[in-house]
Amino acid sequence: MKYQVNEKGYYGEFGGAWIPEMMFTNIDELKTRYLEIIESDEFRKEFDQLMKDYVGRPSPLYYASRLSEYFGSKVYLKREDLNHTGSHKLNNTIGQILLAQKLEKTRIIAETGAGQHGVATATVCALKGIKCVVYMGALDVSRQAPNVKKMKMLGAEVIPVHSGNKTLKDATNEAMRDWINNPEDTHYIIGSVVGPHPYPDMVARFQSIISAEMKSQLKEQTGNEFPTRVLACVGGGSNAAGAFYHFLDDEQVELIGVEAAGKGVDTPETAATLTVGSPGVLHSSKTMLMQNTDGQITEPYSISAGLDYPGIGPLHAHLHKTGRAKFLSATDEEVLQAALLLTQKEGIIPALESAHALAALNKIKMNPEDINVVNLSGSGNKDMETYLDYFGY
Amino acid sequence: MKNRINQLFETKKENILSVYFTAGFPNLSDTVQIIQELEKNGVDLIEIGIPFSDPTADGPTIQHSSEVALKNGMSVKQLFEQLKEIRESVKIPLILMGYFNPVLQFGVEAFCKKCHEVGIDGTILPDLPLEEFEEHYKDTFIKNNLHNILLITPQTSEKRIRQIDNVSEGFIYMVSSASTTGAGKKVEDFHLDYFERIQQMNLKNARLIGFGISDNATFTNACNYANGAIIGSAFVKSFDKNVTIKKSISSFVKHILLHA
Repeated sequence: MKYQVNEKGYYGEFGGAWIPEMMFTNIDELKTRYLEIIESDEFRKEFDQLMKDYVGRPSPLYYASRLSEYFGSKVYLKREDLNHTGSHKLNNTIGQILLAQKLEKTRIIAETGAGQHGVATATVCALKGIKCVVYMGALDVSRQAPNVKKMKMLGAEVIPVHSGNKTLKDATNEAMRDWINNPEDTHYIIGSVVGPHPYPDMVARFQSIISAEMKSQLKEQTGNEFPTRVLACVGGGSNAAGAFYHFLDDEQVELIGVEAAGKGVDTPETAATLTVGSPGVLHSSKTMLMQNTDGQITEPYSISAGLDYPGIGPLHAHLHKTGRAKFLSATDEEVLQAALLLTQKEGIIPALESAHALAALNKIKMNPEDINVVNLSGSGNKDMETYLDYFGY
Repeated sequence: MKNRINQLFETKKENILSVYFTAGFPNLSDTVQIIQELEKNGVDLIEIGIPFSDPTADGPTIQHSSEVALKNGMSVKQLFEQLKEIRESVKIPLILMGYFNPVLQFGVEAFCKKCHEVGIDGTILPDLPLEEFEEHYKDTFIKNNLHNILLITPQTSEKRIRQIDNVSEGFIYMVSSASTTGAGKKVEDFHLDYFERIQQMNLKNARLIGFGISDNATFTNACNYANGAIIGSAFVKSFDKNVTIKKSISSFVKHILLHA
């Protein structure tokens, strides 16, 4: 249990609940009740049922033979892209909507970058008939138009945020402001393992279904539940947290997180927080941040809206600090090529975010007998315009 | 020397007017003049805002002023530089208000020391919660004769209010209702039952009401339930490009204190 959160919400030196007093009652209620609720039989039963019949779990663990041949090492893909709504995000929003119902909340707010979390939130709100408001940076609204339309069709109100860089960070600020203004009836479904305690732990628990399945599927397919390594992309880090979760204490499994280098970690246009960042407090959590020496948050950049965030979940900051996980980064260019490779070798078009994890396969030394599991966190449907523009089809 | 916040509340029990402004707004070098003019016009207490890139507890007006101030080049270092000689001309208590990250990057100990050096009496750091403050920073603040003012809201439980009262020095910042700053409320929007409830708790600390105080009516009403009130967004919004800062501040304060 070396890598679990402590009772104050810390992973080593990272985490906590650096909240203004206006958020205290909401966070305190969550903190006091989340474990008792999500561990209850009634909750588990409903959660498991929805995971199976609504999300379509377990998601397959697919042995990618042509990709394996290409890399000279065994590559398995955990197909979160096949979940309903096209990404791992639904695992968490199903969990949180059930929790919100138990807390008797009647209004849901969320922030979204690529729109995957927004769509997943709008979906569960439609499923449960609960009002839904999604904040999205105005720039992301324009670059992820199909997801915006989906959210609207699902009945959610999408509010474009025009402050700052008009991306995920700004959408998060706005969602927090909304929660401060509506403390009684509203639950904030945070989409990643970021924000104040207990969010990082709660979201990681909901996403941990990914590594739980990986273990049993590997056992079934290879006879061994432990892979050589697990690779996942990291923005805030929810899919990586889920993919790493049940391997955290099994130190023989190498864990690799891949951040968005953008145009390069040595340029100002990057989102590789762990490479260029330093410890600080943002969005109610002490974690690694991209900031200047005056403590002002710098604007991140990545071709993938879902990784375009200047912070990282406190669990990952801790895994980085302790060396339990290794963090690499991949540039936009490397990511696009990795996406094309998967598409043409396996007939699977990945999300730009997930293609970061694939790009890391080029950067590590692999032996032929190694078992490499890449968490394919989402489908590339939402990114078709970017791909088509770039490749000129 | 005794903390000026305590001195103020010992000599004046009611109708205390505290005004917030964002350092570096509208122009980088306005800080000292704004402080001087506020004091001259009868303001009792001043909150100097340290701009932050991600002010989650603030509404659009203060967000905008922070963005402009940062573009103008304001920083914690720059602010201390501007305040270096402030005590030669200003006597009333001064408080620095801002988010925790810029303070953390400056170094909490260095920050408190610097506050003491230039004559800052208190801080308001909304995202430095009671628990973290008590566990890690309280002693450093005390050592530097710096009061860290804590907030309460209509949702704060009685038990927690007692805890906050216990740890607080100077005064308690009563957030008028669940909101970010500058919500533009009217008198009738205030939760009077909350104001009355707190009044009856006989807290050891004085109380100032903030958020949504924008004119004489809201100010006077807040003063009926606390020792005074805090104005932020309405003041930040009042700067008029066509009028000198001097004139702008004097007409703003007059407008607030009309009958108080």
